Amino acid sequence: MAREERYGGLAGDGPGGAPGGAFIEVDRVEKVFDVRKRTGFLRSERRRVRAVDALSFTVARGEMVGYIGPNGAGKSTTIKMLTGILTPTGGRLRVAGIDPARERTRLAQRIGVVFGQRTTLWWDLPLIDSYRLTHRMYRIPDARYRENLDRCVRLLELGDLLDVPVRQLSLGQRMRGDIAAALLHDPEVLYLDEPTIGLDVISKAKVREFLRELNAERGTTVLLTTHDLQDIEQLCSRVMVIDHGRMMYDGPLAGLHEAGESERTLVVDLERELPPIELPSARVVRVEGPRQWLAFPAGESAAPLVARIAERYPLVDLSVREPDIEAVIARMYGRPGPGAAEGAPGGAPEGAEGAVSAGDAAEGAVS
Amino acid sequence: MADPVDATGPAVRAGLTRTEQRGRLREGLRAYRLIAGMWIRSTMAYRTSFALTTLGNFVASALDFVAILLMFSRVDALGGYRLPEVAFLYGLSTLSFGLADLAIGSMDRLGRRVRDGTLDTLLVRPAPVLAQVAADRFALRRLGRVTQGLLVTGYALAGLDLHWTPLKLLLMPVMALSGGGIFCAVFVAGAAFQFAAQDASEVQNAFTYGGTTLLQYPPTVFATELVRGVTYVLPLAFVNWLPAAYVLGRPYPLGLPGWTAFASPLVAMVCCALAGVAWRAGLRSYRSTGS
Repeated sequence: MAREERYGGLAGDGPGGAPGGAFIEVDRVEKVFDVRKRTGFLRSERRRVRAVDALSFTVARGEMVGYIGPNGAGKSTTIKMLTGILTPTGGRLRVAGIDPARERTRLAQRIGVVFGQRTTLWWDLPLIDSYRLTHRMYRIPDARYRENLDRCVRLLELGDLLDVPVRQLSLGQRMRGDIAAALLHDPEVLYLDEPTIGLDVISKAKVREFLRELNAERGTTVLLTTHDLQDIEQLCSRVMVIDHGRMMYDGPLAGLHEAGESERTLVVDLERELPPIELPSARVVRVEGPRQWLAFPAGESAAPLVARIAERYPLVDLSVREPDIEAVIARMYGRPGPGAAEGAPGGAPEGAEGAVSAGDAAEGAVS
Repeated sequence: MADPVDATGPAVRAGLTRTEQRGRLREGLRAYRLIAGMWIRSTMAYRTSFALTTLGNFVASALDFVAILLMFSRVDALGGYRLPEVAFLYGLSTLSFGLADLAIGSMDRLGRRVRDGTLDTLLVRPAPVLAQVAADRFALRRLGRVTQGLLVTGYALAGLDLHWTPLKLLLMPVMALSGGGIFCAVFVAGAAFQFAAQDASEVQNAFTYGGTTLLQYPPTVFATELVRGVTYVLPLAFVNWLPAAYVLGRPYPLGLPGWTAFASPLVAMVCCALAGVAWRAGLRSYRSTGS
């Protein structure tokens, strides 16, 4: 649908990019955790876990980048290093020219962070009170505060919610509230950690629409981690895939689909039970009574396929399912699935012994 | 003054000038005020509950003193101290602890914040983390203990037959505040320890609640080793025992010289500085391990 918009909304990818070079610079950054594992009553085993391993990338001002990977891949660790919560073990990291670990509070004025599963809003107080605190804590000039609040209230439809205690808000309302809270001080970059997790379809759409507009109109750089491929499809022209702390893919989403040979699924309901549909461009993967599941390449449009089926079969209803991101990544690296086999062919030589379980352990320690 | 406010990076810290440090302290106090204000408003969302818990807090601590009154209905002196003297110790210990508890009493929740990851939400705000954690769950109901401390102190003063001098009068508020400072240091150090051991809040309680209970009784009833411990290792004796020895004209515990009665502010400052160092170390280790 909004394909043009999607690419049009991208401010920083043009020839101009950021005037001062990259806005976010990550150069061979690594993060090593010492994970202690209890092996007995008082004995414990120490193990070094490389949660992020020689990671390098840059993000230009105004870009909107999806940052994905399986659980324990190092996504959260990266975000925590970019926000100054965690200090990198090695490498160089700059956000807006600031070293996050050293100047955390100065950087805080220039970034916005939304943790999908942890609200920063005040549970027992009306929503507006949380914003007033932000106003004072970030020392936002009054006029600017009012302007930003008005904009967020209008675009995120928070008008009726401002006087409602946060504990009475639905998950989707709270997420919108959290996003507004992160934007009142005009951050230059917004980090979103699973912004649509647990939201219903309408809330997801609102959040995405808002982010798209924020990026297009204000040129805010956005980095979002997600498990929802649709977030990426609808918002990001660029996607970075990380696994075992290493960059596995960095480029447009279409390329990811190619690399992963991912497939979408068309679910069709026919009038009655029929033998599997035979078409050259799709293959039936499952039949259950009158319902059939057809897999087709994710890069292709579903429309001609649907047209062909409707022509020849008594079609009652249909739906298209997106490939889930973990499956795409798993296939991309020839693994049965996340958390299964050892040693991806692409990486993890020395330094990541038992890489898969190490990744899991790292998630436990970090999240 | 000791500045137990947050840690940045070693290089930046080394380069902090005095003015910058003062700036950080001011920033910290400002953030503390803002967040404490939010918590007060939050408790006011449940007014009845607030009234009841405040009352309960007061009654619970009042009953505590009733136990001592009951004891003195059987005996005339405890470790050589008469009732007004014990009440003096009790009142000032409770007052000191009450002030610290009121100011930063919820710091023992830090371990939980580390476990559930909400500490991270504080780290991305432009304010010192220590101030934010200190103001966490700020609760006015804790005024109950402060009130009780004041009342018992008043009761003690009414019953004491002393030769008052301006120095003795001045020493009382000084010891209440220094004692509060010492207890604050214990709270902060305990919280810092929770970066390493997230379920250590009970250990901290042993030193805070346990410490204040200990100080409510005269040093003469305890074994010398214990008195030594709370003088030289964890200097709780400076909260009330030593200054009170001067006010009440009692022998100093452990045969310490008379000037130690006036050392409390200094001890409090050193404790706060050490707690600040511990806090920085704790926060630094959190930021390098994330757990």
